[in-house]
Amino acid sequence: MPPKHTVVLDARAMERTVKRMADEIVEANAGTEGLILVGIQRRGVQLAERLMRAIRDAENVDVPRGALDITLYRDDLQTVGPRPVVGPTSLPANIDGKRVVIVDDVLYTGRTVRAALDELADFGRPARIQLAVLVDRGGRELPIQPDIVGKRLEVPDGGHVDVFVTELDDRDAVILVPGAEDA
Amino acid sequence: MTGATRLGKDLLALEPLSPEQIRLILDTAEPFREISERAIKKVPTLRGQTVVNLFFEASTRTRISFEFAEKRMSADTVSIAASGSSVAKGETLVDTARNLEAMRIDMVVVRHGSSGAAQFLAERIESNVINAGDGTHEHPTQGLLDLLTLRHRFGSLEGRRVCIVGDVLHSRVARSNIWGLKKLGAQVGVCGPRSLLPNAIDELGVEVFDRVEAAIEWAEALNVLRLQLERMQAGYIPSLREYNRVFGVTRERLERAPGDMLILHPGPMNRGVEIDSDVADGPHSVILDQVTNGVAVRMAVLYLLAGGRPELAEAAKSAGKGRGGDA
Repeated sequence: MPPKHTVVLDARAMERTVKRMADEIVEANAGTEGLILVGIQRRGVQLAERLMRAIRDAENVDVPRGALDITLYRDDLQTVGPRPVVGPTSLPANIDGKRVVIVDDVLYTGRTVRAALDELADFGRPARIQLAVLVDRGGRELPIQPDIVGKRLEVPDGGHVDVFVTELDDRDAVILVPGAEDA
Repeated sequence: MTGATRLGKDLLALEPLSPEQIRLILDTAEPFREISERAIKKVPTLRGQTVVNLFFEASTRTRISFEFAEKRMSADTVSIAASGSSVAKGETLVDTARNLEAMRIDMVVVRHGSSGAAQFLAERIESNVINAGDGTHEHPTQGLLDLLTLRHRFGSLEGRRVCIVGDVLHSRVARSNIWGLKKLGAQVGVCGPRSLLPNAIDELGVEVFDRVEAAIEWAEALNVLRLQLERMQAGYIPSLREYNRVFGVTRERLERAPGDMLILHPGPMNRGVEIDSDVADGPHSVILDQVTNGVAVRMAVLYLLAGGRPELAEAAKSAGKGRGGDA
């Protein structure tokens, strides 16, 4: 019997969550001055775009946003698969002295964020780096914590979290898939 | 994601690669172009890996291009030229490579004057082998960088007409180009004096042009090959002036092209012989793009050969780390 999937966030809940995250980012930075949103490829890029739109709606300001592909900074080249796909990295401006918010869909082991920090350091020296994630599912393997969290989840052993965004998957949803032993 | 799209242990030639494998290399090379634009032109991907550039033939641009690619991927590199090594004392190719391998290297980039030397080596050592040109056989990374340059300008190579002009007989670049272009759906022509075209050229499925004017009329891109002056004593052509007069790619000839034309040249160029300076430096030329793309393509090949052990990838995927979401 396949594991039972649970919809943690549907499209409307996801929209509300992103709006709240946008408010928290503006509040934590006392405005938008010097702020840059950088999404981690791939779904982090769509979330950064949505956060930018939410900030524009609330503050009437366009915050620059960019994309970071961390594939070449991973510490597991031998395990990335027979067809490792490298995506584009593009930062909107010089990040020296800026407040950079790294955006990703799910925070799990923390290794992706570590790679993102390494990559950002090759582009410059921001005044501050923060981490915003749609879902924090726990299970960290590195001492990395998010600053802004959309949803915290307890994921049972063997389970995983899938994030779907309309731009790539034709729907918005966060799904919790328990491990086979939990079905 | 099938096994057919994965590269094997080595990159020895384009002839045995599938179109999907060639596209995989080109698709991977695209984002690598951006790394060379950064302030810090370096990623840590191959940190801890050692690459040996084993050049049994003189080469400047290919060797430097590989060295840049290796260093930008953070690999440790050693470059060995035959003239200053034990090869000059009579050591064989295999002994040289095995000795290096005993020092725990990971990859060998080899250039050799004998066709088949790279394959000979690859069958005898465990390290990944990349062919940087073997005799008159193939020069796969040059072929790939030409494909990347053309694809970048055309969007797709399907149905495009590319003509290789010059000394096809002695050219490993021409062979890699012919295989690669045809696999990606381009139409390929060759143009040059009959003395510099292989006898069985028709069997490769290419158009043959005896006049460069006809090639220019037909093609959308010309890949102009270096006339190998060191071979001119053998009487392949009457004189350099005669060659330029009949087969030289000149501005006057290009002006009669029916549409926009791209000009490629693998270098080094003999200006005023196979190509005139105002063409090499003119608006049609993508010769410097080729040089830039050469580093990106070589980074992609190093990356693809170094990574991607499928059994580990499967294990990672079944542990729930393989898809969009958990990271």
